[in-house]
Amino acid sequence: MIELQNVCRTFTVGDQQVAALRDINLRLDAGEYISIMGPSGSGKSTMLNMLGLLDRPTSGTYLLDGGNVSDLNDEQQARVRREKIGFVFQSFHLVPRLTAAQNVELPMILAGIPAEERRARVQELMQNYGLADRADHKPDQLSGGQRQRVAIARATVMNPTVLLADEPTGNLDRNTGWEVLKLLEGLLERGITLVLVTHDAEIGARAQRCIHMLDGRIRSDERQAG
Amino acid sequence: MYLRDLITLTSSSFLTYRMRSFLTGLGIAIGIAAVILLTSIGEGLHQFMLAEFSQFGTNIISVQPGKTQTQGGNVGIFGSVRPLTLDDADALRRLQYVQYVIPGLVGNAEVRFEGRTRRTMVLGEGRDFSKAFTMKVQSGGFWTDEDNEQARAQAVIGSKIQQELFGGRNPLGQYMRIGGQRYRVVGVMESKGQILGMDMDDAVFIPAARAMELLNRPSLMEVNVSYRADVPADTVIRLIRERMIERHGREDFTIISQEQALEVLSSVLDIITFAVAALGGISLLVGAVGILTIMTMAVTERTAEIGLLRALGAREKQVLTLFLSEAMILSALGGLLGLLIGVGIAQGLHLLFPALPVHTPWLYALLAEMTAITIGLAAGVVPAMRAAKLDPVEALHAE
Repeated sequence: MIELQNVCRTFTVGDQQVAALRDINLRLDAGEYISIMGPSGSGKSTMLNMLGLLDRPTSGTYLLDGGNVSDLNDEQQARVRREKIGFVFQSFHLVPRLTAAQNVELPMILAGIPAEERRARVQELMQNYGLADRADHKPDQLSGGQRQRVAIARATVMNPTVLLADEPTGNLDRNTGWEVLKLLEGLLERGITLVLVTHDAEIGARAQRCIHMLDGRIRSDERQAG
Repeated sequence: MYLRDLITLTSSSFLTYRMRSFLTGLGIAIGIAAVILLTSIGEGLHQFMLAEFSQFGTNIISVQPGKTQTQGGNVGIFGSVRPLTLDDADALRRLQYVQYVIPGLVGNAEVRFEGRTRRTMVLGEGRDFSKAFTMKVQSGGFWTDEDNEQARAQAVIGSKIQQELFGGRNPLGQYMRIGGQRYRVVGVMESKGQILGMDMDDAVFIPAARAMELLNRPSLMEVNVSYRADVPADTVIRLIRERMIERHGREDFTIISQEQALEVLSSVLDIITFAVAALGGISLLVGAVGILTIMTMAVTERTAEIGLLRALGAREKQVLTLFLSEAMILSALGGLLGLLIGVGIAQGLHLLFPALPVHTPWLYALLAEMTAITIGLAAGVVPAMRAAKLDPVEALHAE
C-alpha cells in the first residue's frame, strides 16, 4: 500500500550536494510493523519525513494506496497528511499553550470537524489512553509518559492508516518507554501500519520487519517469523 | 477550520504572552486614540465654525453692488456701476420663492439718551430683519413701515446699548438720538454676542432709507434675500440675476450665496480635519511597526509549532490565516482600546474646558477601527507569509 520507487533525496549544503536517500525501493503493506534503524546520518529521518509527505523526493515516485502522492500540491498533500498519516515525535511536540485535550483536538480543528463530534472523539481517546483526568492540564503539568500518550492520541485521532514514530521513547525512561511502545503496538490490532525509527536495537528487534539503513541506502530488510 | 476555533487558537497565544500582547496592542491604541482625539477636536471646530457662520440662517443670498472684472480698453460709460436702491429691493421682493428682502447698509453714529452718549454701529435694515436672519427680538419688535423713504424714525437697539444708555430701564417708547435725529425705540434685540468681530449687541437698527440719509450714502451696501428652504440656491440666484440685469442693463452686481460660501468653508475645514487625522496616523504607523516586530518574533519562537501544524495536516493557507488573524485581532483590540481612550480624553477635555468644541463622528470611529484592522493585516502579512512558507521538516526540528 506504500511504495517508494527509485526515490532519491539530495540536499544542498553550501555548494556541496549531499545525498540523504539514494535510489530507495521499498514496499510496505497495510498493518505491517516496521522498524527503521541505522546510525545518525544514515537517512532514516529523511525516510520518515518522505513517508510522512513532509519532504519531497528529488527524484522517484511515492505511491500511497495506489495513488502517486509525490507530485500533489501543498493543499492535497496536507489533506493526505491529515487523513492518512499520524506523527509521533521524540520531543512530543505538544503546543504548550493548549491543554492536553486541545492538543488532541488540533488535527480535527484543522480538518474543520464540528465541535460536538470533536468533543466525543477526544473524550473517547483520553479515556482509552488513561488521560481522562489530565484533559485540562497544560503539557508542562504532565509527565513525559503522559505527554507522549497525548501525542499518540493526537496522532491517532483522525484514524490514520500509517503511524510514523520518530524515536518515540528517546526522551523517556526505560519503563515509561516500554509502556508507550506497548501502546503503539496495540494500534497494530486496529490494522494501522506502524513505522518506528529508532537506534535502540532492542526496540527495533520487536518489529516484524527490520530495515537497516546506511549512507542513504537500505542495507538490510529482514522479516522475522511470527 | 471554524472561526470559533481560529479565535480560540489565536487568543490562547495572547493569554500566554499577556504583557507583550498588551504592549503591542497599546501601540495601536495610542495611534488610534491620537487620531480620534485630533479628529474629534477638528470636527468639533468644524461644527463650531459652521454654526458661527450660519447663525444668521443659511438660506440667504446677498446682492452687492459692483462686479470685479478686468476689461480691455476704456471702461467708459459701461464701467460705471449703478447703485443698489430700495427700488431694486422691491423688485426682488416680487420674485418667486423669495420670502424676505432686507436692504442693508452699515455705518457709525453717535447715539444719545438723557445725557449719555456712545459711538456705535448703525445698521440700516428692513422691517423683516429679525424674520430673515435668525436673530430674536427680546422685547418689542421691528417697525412695520414699508421699506421706503417714508419709513418713520423708529429704532431697535442692541442689548448692550440698552444697558449702557438706558441703564436697565425699559427703553420701549422712549426717544433717543441717533446721529442727532430723534428716534423712538420700538424693540430690543436679544443678546447675540460677537459675530466675526462685529458686536451685534453694541448696535442700533434703523430703517434703511433713514440710514442712507443719516450716513449720507446715496445707495445700499447690500440687499439680502431670504428664500424658501426647499428651493435650491442656484434657482433663486438665477432669478435674482435675471431680474437685476433687467433693471441695471448688465451684471454690475455680485451675488453671494451663503450656501455656496458655507460649502467652501466646509471643504476647507474638512481638509483641516483630514490633516490632523493624518498627523495622528503617524503614531499609528509606529504601532504598525510594533505589530510587525511582535509577529516576526512570534513566528521565530513558534517555528517548531508551525512545523507540527504542517505535520498534522495544516495547509500553508491555514498557517497564514492563523498568524494573520493573530496580528489582526491584536490590532483590532488595540484599536478598540484606542477608541475608548480617544473618546474618553476628548470628552474629558470637553468637561474641563466647555469652550473647546469636541465632536466624535461615528464614521470616524468606524474608520479608525477599520484602519486598525487594516494595519494589523498589513503588518502581519510578511511574518505570516514567512510562517506559511517554512519548510515543515526544518521547522519541526527547530528548537
